[in-house]
Amino acid sequence: MDFDLIIIGAGPGGYVAAIRASQLGLKTAIVEREALGGVCLNWGCIPTKALLKSGEVYEQLHHLADYGLAADKPRFDFAKVIERSRKVAGQLNSGVGFLMRKHKIEVIEGTARLEKGSPAPKVIIAQKKGGNRTLQAKHVILATGARARTLPQIGLEPDGDRVWSYREAMVPKAAPKSLIVIGSGAIGIEFASFYRALGAEVMVVEALPRILPVEDEEVSTAARKAFERRGLKFRIGATVKRLSKSKTGVAVDIETGGKAETLEAERAIVAVGIVGNVEDLGLEALGVKVEKTHIVTDKHGATGVPGLYAIGDVAGPPWLAHKASHEGVHCVEHIAGEPANNLNAPIPGCTYSNPQIASIGLTEAAAKAAGRKVKVGRFPFKVNGKAIAAGETEGFVKTLFDDQTGALVGAHMIGSEVTEMIQGFALAMTLEATEAELQATVFAHPTLSEAMHESALDAYGKVLHL
Amino acid sequence: MTDILMPALSPTMEEGTLAKWLVKKGDTVSAGDVIAEIETDKATMEVEAVDEGVVEEILVEAGTEGVKVNAPIARLSGGVEAKAPEPKPAKEAAPEAAPAKAERPAKAEPAPAKASPAKTPGGERIFASPLARRIAEQKGLDLAAIEGSGPHGRIIERDVKDAKPGAKPATTTATTPSERRGETRPVQSLQQMGIPEGSYELIPLDGMRKTVARRMTDSFRDVPHFPLTIDLEIDRLLESRGRINKMLEKDGVKVSVNDIILKACAVALMRVPEANASYSPEGIALHHHADIAMAVAVEGGLITPIVRKCETKGLAQIAQETKDLAERARTRKLKPEEFQGGTFSVSNLGMFGIKSFGSIINEPQGAILSVGAGTKQPVVRGDQLAIATVMSVTMTCDHRVVDGATGARWLEAFKALIEEPLAMIV
Repeated sequence: MDFDLIIIGAGPGGYVAAIRASQLGLKTAIVEREALGGVCLNWGCIPTKALLKSGEVYEQLHHLADYGLAADKPRFDFAKVIERSRKVAGQLNSGVGFLMRKHKIEVIEGTARLEKGSPAPKVIIAQKKGGNRTLQAKHVILATGARARTLPQIGLEPDGDRVWSYREAMVPKAAPKSLIVIGSGAIGIEFASFYRALGAEVMVVEALPRILPVEDEEVSTAARKAFERRGLKFRIGATVKRLSKSKTGVAVDIETGGKAETLEAERAIVAVGIVGNVEDLGLEALGVKVEKTHIVTDKHGATGVPGLYAIGDVAGPPWLAHKASHEGVHCVEHIAGEPANNLNAPIPGCTYSNPQIASIGLTEAAAKAAGRKVKVGRFPFKVNGKAIAAGETEGFVKTLFDDQTGALVGAHMIGSEVTEMIQGFALAMTLEATEAELQATVFAHPTLSEAMHESALDAYGKVLHL
Repeated sequence: MTDILMPALSPTMEEGTLAKWLVKKGDTVSAGDVIAEIETDKATMEVEAVDEGVVEEILVEAGTEGVKVNAPIARLSGGVEAKAPEPKPAKEAAPEAAPAKAERPAKAEPAPAKASPAKTPGGERIFASPLARRIAEQKGLDLAAIEGSGPHGRIIERDVKDAKPGAKPATTTATTPSERRGETRPVQSLQQMGIPEGSYELIPLDGMRKTVARRMTDSFRDVPHFPLTIDLEIDRLLESRGRINKMLEKDGVKVSVNDIILKACAVALMRVPEANASYSPEGIALHHHADIAMAVAVEGGLITPIVRKCETKGLAQIAQETKDLAERARTRKLKPEEFQGGTFSVSNLGMFGIKSFGSIINEPQGAILSVGAGTKQPVVRGDQLAIATVMSVTMTCDHRVVDGATGARWLEAFKALIEEPLAMIV
C-alpha cells in the first residue's frame, strides 16, 4: 500500500481534504495536472476579487465629490490591473505549496487516471517530469473540478481572442471598449461589473426571465436596477441563436420573445454554466455513475465503487469553492471513521459585483414551492446609519422564518459588504437559531449588520428604525 | 427565610426519593454546597444550595419516598431577604433560565411547565439547538430522553422533528406504573398467589430496581435472543497478564482478566463490525466505535458503566478506567452519560465460580457476553490428555441484527484474541 489516501485535483476541495486527512493521520498524496489551488485560486474566486477591487476603487474615484474630495482625471493602467491580479493568485498558489509541505502531503504533478484495484482503484499518473507512476491507496478521492461550458455549435466557444471564457477574460491584453456577456450567473455578472467599472459598454444576455436566476426574485430585481444605474444593459429571456466573429469583433444573434436582434461588440464572454471534469479518468471502465458530466455520490461522497469518492464541482452543484472544501473535509472524516455531524450545513452563495449579493438557504419562492409558510422581514440600507455615512445606501436585507417554528429558513442580501455579513446568517442557520436568538442578539452600532437584526425584527412586526 | 423545594429531576417527574441529607439543623451553608442527595433510577443526584444561610429546619427526613416535586424539604434562614426572585423562564430566549434549580423563594409562583428544560436531573446542561428546543416544546417532547446527533451529541432539528411524545427510551425517567411500556398482564398480588401477608419482609422498589425490572422485562420479551457458547483456553492470557502487571507494577496499575476481555471484545468488534450493531426501525446501526459496557454489581442492583472507544485504548488505561468506573458505580456517583448507551456488554460471574450463563441483552446493544470461571480441566490434544485452564463464554445475540453465523464469527475472532493475546496488537 503506497498511501492511505490519494486525492486527484488540488483545488479548494482537494487540497483542503488533503490537509484534513493529514491531521487525521492518513498518509496522503495529491495529484495536480496544472497548479496547486485549482481554478478557484488561480483562475477564479481569488484573481477576480483582485480585478473587482481595482474596478471598485476606480469607480469610487468618479464619485469623490460626494465625499468632499477631488482628484484630477482618474485613469487606469490595464496591464498593471491584470498584473496585480496575477500576483495575488501567485502568492496564494505558493501558499498552498507551503501548506502541503507543512502537512507532509506528497504533491505529484501530473495527470491521473484510474484502473481497477483493491481496496481502491489504482492511480496511474502521467507525470509532468516524464514517466508513469502507478500507486495503490486505501482510498481515492476525485476532486477534479469543472470547467466552462461551451456550445460550439452556435459559436459559444472561447477562441482566446474575441470570445472569452472566464479564463481569457481574466488576462486580456487590453480592456475592451464594448463587451457582450452571455449568462448572468455570478461569473457573468462579476465580469460585467468589472469591465463596466473600467468604462466598457457592457450588454448582459440572460436566457431566463431574470438576472442572477438562483437568487431571490426581489434581489434579482434590485440587482438589475442597481446595475442599470451603473450603465450595464440587459437582455433577459433572450435566447442566443448564434455568435459569429466579424473583423471588428463579435456579433450575437438573439431572440427575445419572438423578436430577433443582433448585438455587436468588441469581445464576448461565455458564462453559460460549467461541466464537470470527468473525462480520461477511466471512470467508465470502473463503472462509476456519471450523470450530466457529474459523478453521482452518496452524502459522504462515496461513488459506489469501493474506495472511490468524489467531492466538489465534479460531484455536482452548487459549484462553489467553499462547498468543495466542506465536502472534502466531510468525506475525509467519514473515511477516517469520525462522526458525521457537519452534514446538511447550509451553503452561502456570494456575487462580488457592485453592489454585492449574498444569500443562504431557501428563496421565498422555493420556500413556498416546498409548502412552507414563512414570515418575511425586510430592511433597506437607505435608513441604516452606517450605510448613509459611507454613502452606500443601495440594497436591503431580506429574511425568511418558518411560520410555525421560527427557524431561519433563508436570508438574502444585496448591498455593500453583504458578502462579509452573510456569515452571521450562516452561523445562525447552522446553529439552528430561531427568530428569538436573532432578535435577542446585540448588534454593534453603527454597522451595516444592524440591517440583519432589523430584518429579523421586521418579520415579526417589531422593526425599530422603519 | 427561604424554603428549599424538592427539585424536579425530570420534566415528567412528580415525586421522588430524598435519599440523604448532607447537612443538619443549625449548619451554615453557602451557595454551591451539596446539601442533599436525591435518588433517581440509577444515580444519586446532588442538590446544591443556591443561597447562603443557616439550616433552620429539615422538613423531610432522609429516606422518604414519594416526596412531591416543589414540596418544601428544608428551611433556610438568614441573609436571604434581599434575594431577588429567580427570573422567570423567558418566553423567547435564555434557555438557561428554565426551571432546574433546587431552590426557589417560597412565594415564587410555580414555574410554568416547560417541556424542554436546559438541564438534566443532575444539573447537567442539555445541549440542544434553539430550533430543537422550540419544536420539542411545541410537541411536548422531553429533551432529556432524546439522543442528539449533532456535534458533541447536541440535539438538533432532525432529532426532534419526527419524534413523538412518550416514544422514547425512558432510561432516566422515574417510572410510574401507568408510564411503563408494554405492561401486558395484570400483576397478581402475592396473597392471590398463595403467600400469606406477614410471612415476608417487603423491600420497597427503588429507582434502580424499577429500571432493572422494566428494562430486563422489555428486553427479554421483545428482543429475539439466542445464546452461543464456546470454550477458551486462557493459560497464555494468564501468563501475559502476569508479565503485563510486572511491567505496570511501578505505575501502580493492575490489569485484571476482565480488562483483557474488554479489550479483546473491542478488537473483535472491529474485526467483525456486524456484531457491533443496534436494531432500529430505520435500519441497522453499525457503530463506529466499540463502547463496552461492563456489568457492575452494586448494593440493590447493578449498573453498566461504559469504557468508550475501548478499541483505541491500551490495557493500562482500560484498567484505570474500569477501576474508577466500578468504584464510582458502587458509590452511585456515575454521571448518566457514563452508563447510558454503549454498543456491547460484558458480564463476568467467573469470580463466583459460575461455569457458564446467558445474560439478557442490554438494549439497544446487539449482543452481550457472559463470562464464566476459568478452571483447570482435562483437554484432549491430538490423542493425548493435557491440562489447560478453560473458560466458557456465552454470547447472547439479538437475532434482528446478529445472526447465528455472525455471532459465531465474532466468537471465533474473540477466541483467537483470548488464546493468543499478542494478536490484539497485530
